[in-house]
Amino acid sequence: MSRKADEWGGTDGFVDVRPRPGEPEYYDSAPKPSSSFLELRDLRVHFPTDDGLVKSADGLSFTLERGRTLGIVGESGSGKSVTSLAIMGLHKATNAKITGEIWLDGEDLVAASADRVRQLRGKKMAMIFQDPLSAMHPYYTVGTQIIEAYRIHNKVTKAVARRHAIEMLDRVGIPQPASRVDDYPHQFSGGMRQRAMIAMALSCDPELLIADEPTTALDVTVQAQILDLIRDLQQEFNSAVIIITHDLGVVAELADNIMVMYAGRTAEYGPTDDIFRRPQHPYTWGLLGSMPRLDRERADRLLPIMGTPPSLINVPSGCAFHPRCTYQKLTSGRSIDEVPELRSVDGEHRVACHLTAEQRLTAWETDIKPKL
Amino acid sequence: MITFIVRRLLGAVLMLLVVSMVTFAVFFLVPRIAGQTTDQLAAQYVGRNPSAAQIHATEIKLGLDKPIYEQYGRFLKGIVAGADYNDGPDVSHCPAPCFGYSFKNQEPVWPQMLGALPVTGSLALGAAIIWLVTGVGIGVLSALRRGTVFDRAAMSVALAGVSLPIFFTALLSLAIFRDTIPLFPDAATWIPFSTDPGRWAEALVLPWVTLAFLYAALYARLTRAGMLDTMNEDFIRTARAKGLTERQVVVKHGLRATLTPIVTIFGLDLGLLIGGAVLTETAFSLPGLGQFAVNAIINQDLPEILGVTLLAGFFVVAANLIVDVLYAVIDPRVRF
Repeated sequence: MSRKADEWGGTDGFVDVRPRPGEPEYYDSAPKPSSSFLELRDLRVHFPTDDGLVKSADGLSFTLERGRTLGIVGESGSGKSVTSLAIMGLHKATNAKITGEIWLDGEDLVAASADRVRQLRGKKMAMIFQDPLSAMHPYYTVGTQIIEAYRIHNKVTKAVARRHAIEMLDRVGIPQPASRVDDYPHQFSGGMRQRAMIAMALSCDPELLIADEPTTALDVTVQAQILDLIRDLQQEFNSAVIIITHDLGVVAELADNIMVMYAGRTAEYGPTDDIFRRPQHPYTWGLLGSMPRLDRERADRLLPIMGTPPSLINVPSGCAFHPRCTYQKLTSGRSIDEVPELRSVDGEHRVACHLTAEQRLTAWETDIKPKL
Repeated sequence: MITFIVRRLLGAVLMLLVVSMVTFAVFFLVPRIAGQTTDQLAAQYVGRNPSAAQIHATEIKLGLDKPIYEQYGRFLKGIVAGADYNDGPDVSHCPAPCFGYSFKNQEPVWPQMLGALPVTGSLALGAAIIWLVTGVGIGVLSALRRGTVFDRAAMSVALAGVSLPIFFTALLSLAIFRDTIPLFPDAATWIPFSTDPGRWAEALVLPWVTLAFLYAALYARLTRAGMLDTMNEDFIRTARAKGLTERQVVVKHGLRATLTPIVTIFGLDLGLLIGGAVLTETAFSLPGLGQFAVNAIINQDLPEILGVTLLAGFFVVAANLIVDVLYAVIDPRVRF
């Protein structure tokens, strides 16, 4: 890395995820490296603004192994995308204050230098974005963009990289890849563009793939194809995958584990089966209740979650969900005063809720489950 | 691509035709509608206190007695193929492109304009290079260092550049860099490139910088705004996610997208300027097309006004054409 490049990417530029002097230290001694492939420990992403501190992610912890898929679910503004961008090191240092630890294969990305994180981007970890039309450069051909991604991390000639790009396009199911490689993004259909985006992300065989709402901008018929593609490629590459979505249907298909986020915190975390069969958090019930079902008749209308998502500047006291929670009164005020800890319900299944296990079971069995 | 260019070319020719019709009508049709007789029209071409016979001879010679469409046809033919003027005993030939003869000195208009063109060309091209490089450079740096002292200082200077009129900055620069500190003693004179390239450049430094200052300020603000927009685009995030260095992200992805609209404006500005940088040329006494136009208007020299209007129109139309074709090349989403 030359001095010049530092000038471009220096302090006023971007990505210096290290905490600054004077910021609160969450660990007194040197943190222990994680033995997991990916582990987040108490990750906090805060944005100081003129109106106050926006706590987009506030104390997230989870682990993810190679070959496994984590689904992160939540409403807009719950901190899903902010978390994934923090892992990728894509927040501007001037805007975001990031603390905590992000261990990726034995390296703490929060403590690592900006340039080290840059080297890992694209190679060790890659990201697929929501809207492939705006996420691809309109003035470069699809091939050029894949070739560029490949040649950053592999010292090969253009011709070799081009063959690789064609191969990648073929692998993600684009017909006539040898000619389509010279097309521009606008000449692709939405689904094809997302495939090309995936080809670009996978061009360096990343071990961690983050897909931020990969199907939101696509037709329903194409959505399933893209999800299948991600699953197939994951099995082929044995990579760890994080899927971010507000659509529970998407993660039901793909994820091994699901993390439900609310106002920058984890509301509930657990194996996909548990989340769907024995959900513990009233917010998760709300998400399930507001999901249309086609496979069987509904007893009632959809059950929307009342109220609006909270402001991340003035997060409600105690449990952030309490103003919208039907069961808030059962906790005799604890919801309002006390932030619930994430506690284990059953093995890996964890929930942050003040309701007792009996209260949750009764509410789920009598109020929610019959109406789904 | 070829059909696109041909279509655009035809459009450009049509446009020029319309421009010529309108200008011609303004100078030859409107006076008639307003009640001027052909004699009165012809009298302008003859000089002071002409005799009735002289006026009549001129009327015949210029064809002012003919119907207006025939006159227009003659005028067009003169531009395309040249014209012959029947002076009674002998016939004077005005080779194509013929814009007629100046009232003032009886010289054909076209060679005069041709002589003025290198002056304006030198001025406009030199200034364009300066303002493009400095304007875009400062704009990019300002955007990347948004809110810093550099950004604020650059934008303040740019505001001054946009606000200060040329005749003020021109005279100021002459007063300082020619009169107080004789850095450019030849400023405000015209030395042809073929005579002495060194002195040509030296004499043009002040006009270049003065003219470029105005445009550089404009381009810095445009580039800064465009760059700030572009750097927030999703594809910039994608470029970073690939692991590109910040410099590569800025130059290959940011600047590439920002420059596209700048190129368009640049082409149009340059076309307009080559048609005559009126204020700068006047302030620095450069005998270019702008000064030619000003003098033509002051002298009410109809053929000269007509000629310079058409020539300026030609440059604007040509610049438009080039920008259109260029745009299709640099923005692949534009298809023909």
